[in-house]
Amino acid sequence: MSDPHIAISVRDLKMGFGDFIIQRDLNFDIKTGEIFVIMGDSGSGKSTLLRHLIGLQKPLFGKINYADMSFWDAPEAQRKALSKRFGVLYQSGALWSSMTLFENVAMPIREHTNYGEERIAALVQFKLALVGLAGFDAYYPSEISGGMKKRAGLARALALDPDILFFDEPSAGLDPISAKRLDDLILELRDSLGTTIVVVTHELASIYAIADSSIFVDADAKTQTALGPPAYLRDHPPTAKVGEFLRRGDGKNLNEGEAV
Amino acid sequence: MEYLLKTYGESDRGEGELELVVSGDWAERGDSALVSASGDNKRRNFGADLLSDLETALQAGGISKIRFDTSNLTDWDSKLIVLIIAIQQQKTQNIEIDDAGLPRGLRQLIALSRAAPARGDRGDAKPAPGILETVGQQTIGVFSRFKASSQFLGVSLQSFGRMFTGKARYQKSDVRDFIFAAGPQALPIVSIVNILLGVILAFMGAVQLKQFGAEIYVANLVALGQTREIAPMMTAIVMAGRTGAAYAAQLGTMQVNEEVDALKTFGFSPIDFLVLPRMLALAVMMPFLVLYADALGIFGGYLIGITVLDISTIEYIEQTRASIDIVDVALGVFKGSVFGILVAVTGCMHGMNSGRSASAVGDAATKAVVSGIIAIIGMTAMFSVLAAVLGI
Ligand SMILES: Nc1ncnc2c1ncn2[C@@H]1O[C@H](COP(=O)(O)OP(=O)(O)OP(=O)(O)O)[C@@H](O)[C@H]1O
Ligand SMILES: [Mg+2]
Repeated sequence: MSDPHIAISVRDLKMGFGDFIIQRDLNFDIKTGEIFVIMGDSGSGKSTLLRHLIGLQKPLFGKINYADMSFWDAPEAQRKALSKRFGVLYQSGALWSSMTLFENVAMPIREHTNYGEERIAALVQFKLALVGLAGFDAYYPSEISGGMKKRAGLARALALDPDILFFDEPSAGLDPISAKRLDDLILELRDSLGTTIVVVTHELASIYAIADSSIFVDADAKTQTALGPPAYLRDHPPTAKVGEFLRRGDGKNLNEGEAV
Repeated sequence: MEYLLKTYGESDRGEGELELVVSGDWAERGDSALVSASGDNKRRNFGADLLSDLETALQAGGISKIRFDTSNLTDWDSKLIVLIIAIQQQKTQNIEIDDAGLPRGLRQLIALSRAAPARGDRGDAKPAPGILETVGQQTIGVFSRFKASSQFLGVSLQSFGRMFTGKARYQKSDVRDFIFAAGPQALPIVSIVNILLGVILAFMGAVQLKQFGAEIYVANLVALGQTREIAPMMTAIVMAGRTGAAYAAQLGTMQVNEEVDALKTFGFSPIDFLVLPRMLALAVMMPFLVLYADALGIFGGYLIGITVLDISTIEYIEQTRASIDIVDVALGVFKGSVFGILVAVTGCMHGMNSGRSASAVGDAATKAVVSGIIAIIGMTAMFSVLAAVLGI
């Protein structure tokens, strides 16, 4: 029925809190094995869109389809089964503060597999090493820095080798070298494991380095104003704001136009 | 810090133009800015005289354009910017404002402050509700809150059921930690409160019973009152303030950190994982705390009995033993267990429903204590009526 190359398709999505609409008429497809970037100004609803894709918030209207399955029309058991294929890195890391880094990564594996402790330990060590945190197993989240929390959160997101990875501003708070390493890791995950990756980010360098496709959600228009590969959008911006965003505000003088 | 308003006659620039000449130091940096604000009206109402002069000039009519002359302005800061913005907002009467005369930096800062449009569809746009509407909303709110609480209680008890069938996923080590926090660590405050309650009960009874020479019945009063009613209720109230608030704050903070979301996306039930261990800890520990509280309350009564009322130790103990039986103690212990679950559930519920800010977590803790105490006292009254009807 549906295109097997499409991992997620969003149709006529309207999101908001009660009467307060954040975005409406969102329509886009995320292909299997691609890196899809969600861009937009601050407060435009990028994190909210991500929460909808993960199934943490219910749309006011519209559908979010995973392959043939409409997420919010499916029974809860099916939704849960689907969620197990997701890995999520939250904006703040969201590590479970009462557990060590080791426990944080090990807990999902324990829950969803029947591996022995030895195998789990080996997997956890590998995931922590992958994000550059080898040797930090016994640390509690409160004992590591903000950037390290992000990376530990990433290790946990990778715990179950998910089919779809969601990142909320992964490189915010990272130094340029770590951010570059993270981009490389994201590309590597796509190439070697075929993971579909959805990233919310503002970092232009990162956007151009990793994105196969992208969407721009506009806080003023309250809908998507651009869809496509970011380099193409930069050269053919559908709206002035998208062009400004992708060229980092170049070519626009604050004194012109906006001034009273 | 001087200003001058020149209307067209004086400035000779054109019909209907007003020139605002601002000169001198409008920043007032240095020592003068630090003097105490009290009594210094001029500083407090910075630029108010300028605005009122301007308004008078505009009311005189005939002005269609305001220009600025700042060639002799030596220094300025945000205070002047705010003034200019206030002037610009007087545009209502079709007066053009020509900002070419303002310093370039000042114009740019104003432009920057306008570059991001304000969010217009929320906030003060809504008129404040009237009394009738408020009363209505609050009444509807009571019902929906009651419904939400009942639902949460139901979901939590289901989780209890899952624990017995071994299906609930939670950390056993959490239960141990919570038991320690809710049990041994609570002993000091439970001790002090209950000894004093025994003392108060004994004094209260003694005043009346002395009139009939029946001081010995103080032992009955203390033992019965303490085991059946006071110990479970007061211990639960102490636990609501101590542990219920802590639970709300813990879960609220986890909500802020997106830890609860992370649990959900990995397929863990936050109820099983977070609420169940806390509920279990209080349900297990409260009966022991109540037993302990019974003993200490009776001890407090005994202290008053032997000192103030001249009852002998043997007499007091005998009278106490005769006055209560196992049913009284069991009733108190059972109530304690129910209250324990109640305290845990209200604490966890407000924590789970907490908003994502520091003040929201504070509100959650407050609500947990307030609704916990109300629930405990309400249940105590209900239990008393039930016990009387059933003859327990
Ligand atoms: N719980 C909530 N209740 C009401 N409004 C909310 C809530 N959470 C977020 N919002 C509003 O939704 C809008 C989008 O928020 P969101 O966090 O999705 O923005 P964002 O695009 O991720 O911004 P940023 O880039 O700064 O992270 C904002 O205007 C915000 O005020
Ligand atoms: Mg965000």
